[in-house]
Amino acid sequence: MTPLLVTLVLILVKLALVFGVILTMAAYIVLAERKLLGRMQLRYGPNRVGPFGLMQPLADLIKMLTKEDVCPAHADKWLFMISPGLAAVTALLAFAVVPFGPPLTLFGQTVPMVVCDLNVGVLYFLGLSSLAVYGIALGGWASNSKYALLGAIRGLAQLISYELSMGLAVVPVILASRSFSLTDIVNAQASYPFAVTHPLAFLIFLVSVAAESKRIPFDIPEAENELVAGFHTEYSGMRFGLFFVGEYINMIILGSMTTVFFLGGWHGPLLPPVLWFLLKVMAVCFVFIWVRGTMPRLRYDQLMHFGWKFLVPVALVNVVITGAVMLWLKG
Amino acid sequence: MNLWRDIRGTIEPFWVTLRNMLRKPVTIQYPEEKRTPYPRYRARMVLTRDPGGEERCVACYLCSAACPVDCISMQAAEREDGRRYAAWFRINFSRCIFCGLCAEACPTLAIQMSPDYEICNRDPLKLVWEKEDLLIADGGKDKEYSFYAHAGIGVGQPRGAGAEESPVADIKSNLP
Ligand code: SF4
Ligand code: SF4
Repeated sequence: MTPLLVTLVLILVKLALVFGVILTMAAYIVLAERKLLGRMQLRYGPNRVGPFGLMQPLADLIKMLTKEDVCPAHADKWLFMISPGLAAVTALLAFAVVPFGPPLTLFGQTVPMVVCDLNVGVLYFLGLSSLAVYGIALGGWASNSKYALLGAIRGLAQLISYELSMGLAVVPVILASRSFSLTDIVNAQASYPFAVTHPLAFLIFLVSVAAESKRIPFDIPEAENELVAGFHTEYSGMRFGLFFVGEYINMIILGSMTTVFFLGGWHGPLLPPVLWFLLKVMAVCFVFIWVRGTMPRLRYDQLMHFGWKFLVPVALVNVVITGAVMLWLKG
Repeated sequence: MNLWRDIRGTIEPFWVTLRNMLRKPVTIQYPEEKRTPYPRYRARMVLTRDPGGEERCVACYLCSAACPVDCISMQAAEREDGRRYAAWFRINFSRCIFCGLCAEACPTLAIQMSPDYEICNRDPLKLVWEKEDLLIADGGKDKEYSFYAHAGIGVGQPRGAGAEESPVADIKSNLP
């Protein structure tokens, strides 16, 4: 076999693995969220299907698939059909650049534990997370309903605003690691994670990530009590399920990004690197769930104020200070 | 000072939820665990019997008239000795709202609310209960009460013969 073929097969195998792991993980994060939220409210959460309710995702899937799939009259059929997929796929694609561990050596060949180690991984990730806006925008627009459209517009405004602070929060990390490649960024954190040296950027990133994954307190695109159900008002069955799962895939990818940028990626004592990575992602997901169990939803204007008048300026100042300190340290 | 309050108000709830997460849930897992309702709990109705073991209901239609959703129906009948009873008595529990107005209206304490709440059924027709299903061999909440002991059967009961009634005084003998 030529080396090219080997690489190709390896990439395919890794793709399949990542795909499988992410999708199961997303399904089980839904379950974990329901259970944890339940415990926070002194109830059990789902515990009927299978031992400890572990088969609940399967039951949900069957339910979603067997429900009637309504396409409203006068909706833009094509866009209506593909936008849930768009939402889920854009989230999935970002996994291509996430490094899960240090390169392995298998049969005398080094296998990087990342589907594709782009040297501009950060840009790729930021670009894709901007694309996620499409799923929401088209979903709200194609269903030909005022409420869905309002939800979509609010969602767009929110995503775009918080995209900005997210991008700015990553800049200090890039400055410190001197690279756009995610693998290099993780390697730069071998001794200590960036969360320690750049706590402000870490906090800003965490808040923006919560907003990017449309979670409480930033779940304005859904906002059941003001907007019926938000941008997916008109969706039913598995199409709604795709939006829903997309949100959780997004949560995992943003959790992985937090891990890569700030929590030191796969670095950690004792345990195997991949396990460390998973644990950190889980921890970030837990924080999201915890926040959801605790915080009320922000009002829309407060949300915009917070993004533009607080997070973005603070992130900007942080970038300037980081740059100055780095120059001073060098000089 | 307000800023401090805001920060505390943001942080503190996290501690509350975390603490609650580690506490034991208060959920009662219904089909396995059941609560015993209080004796006065208002679930499905029963038809009770008087201390002599006879049906209390005199088929007066008062419960049926009081019912806001019209789910009680019956047919009155009369025994040889003039005592009334319900030839059939039917409650449609799929309509009943368990308001208790029927039990309120009943002059004989025949119809009473019971704490039996497990009457769900997938087939609405199975929720139509006949007299045989409703009658219990007990007096319910007031076991001693017997309507006929007070009222007598028919109009023919001699005056002063009812329970709690004193015998008719012979006014002639009271003359000075
Ligand atoms: S409880 Fe209320 S609704 Fe039910 S039968 Fe009696 S009066 Fe009717
Ligand atoms: S249950 Fe009571 S109110 Fe209803 S018909 Fe019988 S005696 Fe009258």
